[in-house]
Amino acid sequence: MITSQDSLVPLTTYSGVIPEKRELTTRPRFSDKVFRAIVTSGGFTSLIILGLIALFLTLQSSTVFRQFGLHFITGFEWSQGDPESGAPAKFGIGAMLIGTLVVSMIGLMIALPISVGTALFINYYAPDWLRKPLTIMIDLMAAIPSVIYGLWGFFILMPHAVYWAKLLHKYLGFIPIFRMPSEIYERSPFIAGIVVGIMIIPIITAITREVFSQVPLDRVQAAYALGATRWTMIRAVVLPFGASGVAGGAMLGLGRAMGETVAIYLVLNLYFIPNFNILFSSGGNVASLIVSKFGESEDFELRALMAAGLVLFVVTLLVNFLSDLIVKRTARKGR
Amino acid sequence: MVEINSKIEPAQTNEIQSEPRSKSRQENKMQETNQVASLASVAAQTSRAINKFTPGSGFETKNVHAWFGKHHALADVSLEFPSNTVTALIGPSGCGKTTFLRTLNRMHEFIPGAAMAGQVILDGQDIYEPGTDVTKIRLKIGMVFQKPNPFPSMTIGENVLSGLRLAQLKRSNKEELMEECLTRAGLWNEVKDRLGAHGGSLSGGQQQRLCIARALAVKPEVLLMDEPCSALDPGSTLRIEETIRQLAGSIIVVIVTHNMQQAARISDYTGFFLSDGGPGQLIEVGTTNEIFSQPKDKRTEDYITGRFG
Repeated sequence: MITSQDSLVPLTTYSGVIPEKRELTTRPRFSDKVFRAIVTSGGFTSLIILGLIALFLTLQSSTVFRQFGLHFITGFEWSQGDPESGAPAKFGIGAMLIGTLVVSMIGLMIALPISVGTALFINYYAPDWLRKPLTIMIDLMAAIPSVIYGLWGFFILMPHAVYWAKLLHKYLGFIPIFRMPSEIYERSPFIAGIVVGIMIIPIITAITREVFSQVPLDRVQAAYALGATRWTMIRAVVLPFGASGVAGGAMLGLGRAMGETVAIYLVLNLYFIPNFNILFSSGGNVASLIVSKFGESEDFELRALMAAGLVLFVVTLLVNFLSDLIVKRTARKGR
Repeated sequence: MVEINSKIEPAQTNEIQSEPRSKSRQENKMQETNQVASLASVAAQTSRAINKFTPGSGFETKNVHAWFGKHHALADVSLEFPSNTVTALIGPSGCGKTTFLRTLNRMHEFIPGAAMAGQVILDGQDIYEPGTDVTKIRLKIGMVFQKPNPFPSMTIGENVLSGLRLAQLKRSNKEELMEECLTRAGLWNEVKDRLGAHGGSLSGGQQQRLCIARALAVKPEVLLMDEPCSALDPGSTLRIEETIRQLAGSIIVVIVTHNMQQAARISDYTGFFLSDGGPGQLIEVGTTNEIFSQPKDKRTEDYITGRFG
């Protein structure tokens, strides 16, 4: 016979008192501490360098921003002024920002289909013996200095590209961007865009190829088992899976195109006029502005160039941030 | 050279099945709860589709060999699959049964270095004949894989119809087809209200039935299944087994399974594969009843009684 109900209460009964959460710690060993210090310093170094660059540019260019304010970004003039006649200095990089955008977008439009096509070819169409050499060749393209691309673009590509530009103008001239204020086709954003496009092919190809090679084999086989052709399989399986990688690669390519300097300096005709007629010989980008003015400028103009550098720095950061966002958003689908 | 006489005899046509299959399956289930049924009794109690046997159904293999590079994985398999039947392929790991299955719809050749010899004949045509459009072959001979693999970028409905898109087939009554395939795969009631949801939102068992529905939508004559239940819980397995039995009324099903109970439950014919260190071979094939009650080969008996494998 049971006399006391209490004795039957199991030991694990919930008392109703919530205990304080315990701190979960461990004592690291000495070797672990050393390693931690090394990797931590490594990790922070890049952050510190990035921060110092931003700080340096901000300090150096602060007077420029104070004087011109937003006009520095929206203005279309660049002159040191004339102390004799008393004309004031005017610095505005609006035309250069537009040029940066125009040239980068042309480059991206040319590079993206070629890169995605190349990546698909390497992964799904190329015979085995061709895969590795082709990959290495494309990676090698990234190792060619940009001044070489610039020279090639100027001397070899330009004569042909001028002919293409004339064709575009003749047959598609009704589209605003293909209009010509006057018939000068050399050194146009179109040609610079082609050069930049070729320059960013390797990076976009490398990233998309990597993503495409990670497509789960079971999905590929499922598609083939349903009677898919290579192309329908790619459309149904590879492209949805790789969309985020393609977007990421495109954004990285865009970032690189925006910072491209020497090649554009060689190929493009630098004018401080906003130009959306991509076939017309006028343009420029922020980076080529800096490199073209840097050698001969002093004092205030130098600071204005620093300010232009800061703007480019911020825009590039924004593009990278945006690419991250796009990659994350597209990654949720298709995986 | 090992000679294997593996022609399936059109035997036991007197075994006439009058009851609907599902009912006898339920009875079968009840008996299993009362006693631990031996494989032989499971095999004996399962109603068969033997009465539907028509000789020369049109799907057979002749002297099939398979290699991975220099490794000879499969030797000399000749097998005939009667129409409207389920054939189970059993045997220990590495015996070549999955390799054999993958030679049947030319998925074997996706593996680099893979090679084959022999013939796989569907409707009188060798599917390895030079000049054959392999995509058309795979339309006629569908496949369900070990791991459920619906396309995650597509909705449930799109998944079912994905074969039409992939094979670039035109069809007008897509809604009807979708319902028909999902019903045949035993999934319609569970998903009819959320055909727009993504395939990944289903449970593993539902995903596998979605894959079966997807395979059925292109109207295959043969459905190959590579351990379709090995990644699933017993409840889902039961549903898929019911689905397979229903499919057997209209198409040829070839299923690779490690689960001998499953082979005994669902198949009309069973083939036993074994590798003795060399290439895998088809040791014995016969009606599932025979294989599980009185196997002719000692090795088959050892395997099904659990002495190895």
